[in-house]
Amino acid sequence: MKQNIFPAIRLTLVCIVVFMVIYPAIIWAVAKAAPSKGEGEAVTVNGKVVGYKLEGQSFTQDKYFNGRPSAAGYNAAGSSGSNKGPSNPDYLKDVQSRIDSFLVHNPTVKKEDIPSDLVTSSGSGLDPDISLKGATVQVDRIAKERNLPKEKIVALIQSNIEKSSMNGIEKINVLKINIELDKLKQ
Amino acid sequence: MNTEIIGVVIMFLATIALAIPLGKYIGKVYSGDKTWADAIFNPIDKIFFKASGINPLKEMNWKQHLVALLTLNALWFLLSMFVLMNMAWLPLNPDANPSMSADLAFNTSVSFISNTNLQHYSGESGVSYLGQMVLMLWQFISAATGMAICAVVFIAMKDKSTESLGNFYNLFIKSCTRILLPISIIIAIVLLFNGTPMTFKGKDQFISLQGDTVNVSRGPAAALVSIKQLGTNGGGFFGANSAHPLENPNYFTNVIENVLIILIPIAMVFALGYIIKRKRFAWLIFGVMTVGFLLLLLPSIQQEMKGNPAIHRMGINQHLGSMEGKEVRFGSAASAYWGITTTCTSNGSVNAMHDSFTPLTGMFAMLGMMINSFFGGVGVGFLNFYIFIIIAVFISGLMVGRTPEFLGKKIEAKEMKIAAIIALLHPLLILSGTALSSWLYAHNPTTYAAWLNNPGNHGFSEMLYEMTSSSANNGSGFEGLGDNTPFWNIVCGTIMLLGRFLPIIGPVAIAGILAKKKYIPESAGTLKTDTGTFGIMVFAVIFIIAALSFFPALALGPIAEYFGIR
Repeated sequence: MKQNIFPAIRLTLVCIVVFMVIYPAIIWAVAKAAPSKGEGEAVTVNGKVVGYKLEGQSFTQDKYFNGRPSAAGYNAAGSSGSNKGPSNPDYLKDVQSRIDSFLVHNPTVKKEDIPSDLVTSSGSGLDPDISLKGATVQVDRIAKERNLPKEKIVALIQSNIEKSSMNGIEKINVLKINIELDKLKQ
Repeated sequence: MNTEIIGVVIMFLATIALAIPLGKYIGKVYSGDKTWADAIFNPIDKIFFKASGINPLKEMNWKQHLVALLTLNALWFLLSMFVLMNMAWLPLNPDANPSMSADLAFNTSVSFISNTNLQHYSGESGVSYLGQMVLMLWQFISAATGMAICAVVFIAMKDKSTESLGNFYNLFIKSCTRILLPISIIIAIVLLFNGTPMTFKGKDQFISLQGDTVNVSRGPAAALVSIKQLGTNGGGFFGANSAHPLENPNYFTNVIENVLIILIPIAMVFALGYIIKRKRFAWLIFGVMTVGFLLLLLPSIQQEMKGNPAIHRMGINQHLGSMEGKEVRFGSAASAYWGITTTCTSNGSVNAMHDSFTPLTGMFAMLGMMINSFFGGVGVGFLNFYIFIIIAVFISGLMVGRTPEFLGKKIEAKEMKIAAIIALLHPLLILSGTALSSWLYAHNPTTYAAWLNNPGNHGFSEMLYEMTSSSANNGSGFEGLGDNTPFWNIVCGTIMLLGRFLPIIGPVAIAGILAKKKYIPESAGTLKTDTGTFGIMVFAVIFIIAALSFFPALALGPIAEYFGIR
């Protein structure tokens, strides 16, 4: 045992220097060349920071595209999912009431057209995206709220589709489209 | 929808394509053969050896290896306890996060040193940046520990009779510098340019479009995320782990992070083939592991893409599959793929919340951890598989009436006793832990009401999953479980400790004892261990042990839940 303790202490000290100091220092130095210096990419409107590009934020008002429900209340300093099991009766009641409330706010939408991502909460509670279908079912409501022709909003959605060629999922970044939506008005 | 499956296939094939050459490289590193990278790494290793006062050529026997390993780990544990319990006043704490309580620090220290990375805290509020950096250090060296001790077993499997099995420090340092560090640097840089932060500044604040004030956690995440994926660690920087948009910004980074989960576990199998010069045997092991892995994976993908039947009955559209706890940018197929790779390999990072998986996917994730050797954790995954091989050799030998021999060494009573104890330890830890927590909960439902986030069978699954994850050194969780209590911290900590070190000591002891024995050249009477028949035998041993041990518990949890909502 004795002949192992001193090498162990010295080896640990070397590991601290290499993996806790030099390695992060290298990555930190490279980060200076990365977008926003590796400090998280902020999105600005008229010179004011209104959000972070990668992180979702709460949109509940009718005039905006609403994002997914968040178990963390879109708290970007405390991410978490709901961790509700698929058979949990309280959870199923929650989903049902989200469906009901969606139908109240969007009376022209048929129930079978509501995509599940709009009524289930995301893994991080900060999902920045909704599915393409999740955006199109909100068109009627937003057009009415904003007094804009539907075609304009449909066109806005079309120009905002992000599609990954690897998994084929078509999605919409909620913050980005809402910023552009606000500009439509002006 | 089918494109989602193509994404998964690409991920798996890319991993194998990378793992074969990497395995050969790892084999060369552990054999001390020349590689193209020597010019860079020889001087670095020399600094390590000199500064630590280590002679890398000093050969050790199996007992000396274990003493060296345990001494290092004991030291790391003490250092980790000190930092985690004093983070509040130590430097690099811009968000003013508190120190950990003793029981949480015990759990977290054991968790990271044992390569488990079970987290009973949330990264944003539970640790300082110094704490994160210390945990990152353990992510490197706990992975290297597993790989080095696995290399010792590889060396012991060579065709000769010897007591000297290389130098532990040498294997450990080379695992760090020549395998883990270079890959981590490359991946961290890729993540940086996709938006993962690497800053020592604290929280930022902004006012959202709707007028809410939002605080945004940041930190030195990129450096940590790459090694946590590569070293089958899994402990995330943020609470939501790789579901968090800053840890895993898009589908491309998801592919990279998911490839890293099983890259080294697969590569280690091919490294074995190189070191003992039996490529056919390595392919056989790879085949058995892959078949087992696919049997868990395929139904999980199908279940997640089909969606939750209870939500289906509400009459809405589930074209993306079951989306509770998942992120739109990954989709349900890639989330299921991650869920099974992370549990088969003891990684434990998540890109979707496992608690919200449909019941059978949750069960297959648990089975991955219960078997814990379909690829398994870096190094230690093979050690678990080694135990099953020994048992399979012994049973096959008895069945055909031959002396059980494995790679020219006779397997006798002593080795079999060790193998049997290690094979039964894992179910013992899981089931007695779950029994204890269930008994407490059932007798004091009001006292422990905060434990479970879900009622009924799923609540039982939450406890079973936590114990399984601890014993398998996995670290993922059904995170609804209210687990930051002295009971869970201490019980899980103890299980992780036993579940890490006994399954290291056992196989190393067997390999060391076998290595010392006389080498018997292959003859007509030798049981062939590189044939399909033997592969089926190993698979049968794994299947029977898992089924007999775990079927009753799984029937009470996920299986009952499945029939309840279908």
